[in-house]
Amino acid sequence: MAGDGSAEAFRRNGRAVVVGASLAGLRAAETLRERGFTGSLTVIGDEPHEPYDRPPLSKQVLLGRVPADGTALPRRRALDARWRLGVAATGLDLAGKRVRLADGEEVGFDRLLIATGTRARPWVREAEADLDGVFTLRTGDDAARLGRRLDARPRRVLVIGAGFTGSEVASACRERGLEVTVAERGPAPLVGALGGVVGAVAAELQRRHGVDLRCGITVTALEGDAAGRLRCAHLSDGTTLDADVAVIALGALRNTEWLTGSGLAAGPRGIACDAGCRAFDIHGIVTDDIFVAGDVARSPHPLFGYQFLSLEHWGNAVAQAEIAAHNMTSAGPDRRPHLWVPAFWSAQFGVNIKSVGVPTMGGELVVTQGSLGEHRFVAAYGHQGRVIAAVAFDQARWLDFYCRLIESAAPFPPDFATVDRRPEGMRPVAADFPDPALPSHGPTVTLSGYSPSERRVTFTPARF
Amino acid sequence: MRLVVDLNRCQGYAQCAYLAPDVFTMHGEEALLYSPQVGETQRENVMRAAAACPVQAILLDQVEERAAEGAGSRGG
Repeated sequence: MAGDGSAEAFRRNGRAVVVGASLAGLRAAETLRERGFTGSLTVIGDEPHEPYDRPPLSKQVLLGRVPADGTALPRRRALDARWRLGVAATGLDLAGKRVRLADGEEVGFDRLLIATGTRARPWVREAEADLDGVFTLRTGDDAARLGRRLDARPRRVLVIGAGFTGSEVASACRERGLEVTVAERGPAPLVGALGGVVGAVAAELQRRHGVDLRCGITVTALEGDAAGRLRCAHLSDGTTLDADVAVIALGALRNTEWLTGSGLAAGPRGIACDAGCRAFDIHGIVTDDIFVAGDVARSPHPLFGYQFLSLEHWGNAVAQAEIAAHNMTSAGPDRRPHLWVPAFWSAQFGVNIKSVGVPTMGGELVVTQGSLGEHRFVAAYGHQGRVIAAVAFDQARWLDFYCRLIESAAPFPPDFATVDRRPEGMRPVAADFPDPALPSHGPTVTLSGYSPSERRVTFTPARF
Repeated sequence: MRLVVDLNRCQGYAQCAYLAPDVFTMHGEEALLYSPQVGETQRENVMRAAAACPVQAILLDQVEERAAEGAGSRGG
């Protein structure tokens, strides 16, 4: 079954196994069937629930408008799949082409798609993490537990980490009239993903909505009472904060431990794969029959210097899953590269935040439309004289335009007039990202490493 | 009926919030909140909202299949 020549045979009666039953796994499975795959399809997921959508968990669900188990994903088509839900994959036999499951079953495959995603980074000390009142938010079950606790009207919620998830949790709590403290190690919320200039706007939003935002601070310990209930947190400035709920929002860990020793290039930064979603083995040689998609993948992107991008983005999971499934069922020349331009959104404090491109690559930004002070603007980010990203606060309609600028390596600063250009938008300023060597909950885009150039893509020379 | 909105695509035109106000609501100027699962009474409104979306960002169930109901499924 290995090799491109057998793509047709695989499509007719091969064995496809998808590990990961969330957004990427579901969309890949559907795309396999759409592509005429009539072989056997097994979908394996460690959670006992059918595929569900995660973005609503920190928004509609925490606001109490939607039940935590009410975000199941719609189905584009019947899958005719064998589902193994509630059973984690625990190992991969690359040579024998088998996936081992936690219950001892071994599932053989001809082609495998790995979409095991991420999990919430737990609090550093297990005993403190186990205190009643300490939560993470990644799964539907997490959201149900946290939602119930918020229903009980805690006196103060402490959110540790002001990335997107932490900020959205804080927003939902304020909207529910709960007292919230946000403790952020960096100088501002969202600073790892969007830089200090835009982070300052996010900070202003939080404070205006009554969040007790404390930046440049870490939580050094969580303390419980005799009954094991969270009582207070100790902060790095020497103060103590009374709180009965703490939400740990320190980013995500990639679910790759089950691949340890398998021979795949899998580790804490994800599973390396080529632009066609084929996994690399530990020698850096691309595999023929192992594909990767979604949050757990890291793949080179021609638009961004062939750096390996790991994207914890909804849209990336969908796009990469579709490319992976396409390539699983295609012979070599028909395979497609995953060239999706990174994009994500967040809704917090009543503001719609959207981004395209890779802001973390942008050393400078210019506010091309609107005004930071009004919390309604578009900022274009520049890298080596080209537009590399754009971030919009309540200006979503313009982002397609900026996406095309990024795709065409348009010059930065933009040399055209824009609607609603203000004096502050006449000159680029430093985007003010923190030193990446310092620990933080991190950007939603991480960049590392290089791959050999893919020669089918047209280069636009960088402007200096 | 299950649904999901591709919020990368959504540009806050709010057509859905007019056509199916019990399912889609604007949250601030342009952020959208919606119910990912709706009862049969909402089906027609939701279908109209999906059809009217200028950027076609609303994805609806094409089949009612659930994991446990898929052919060849087994416990787990």
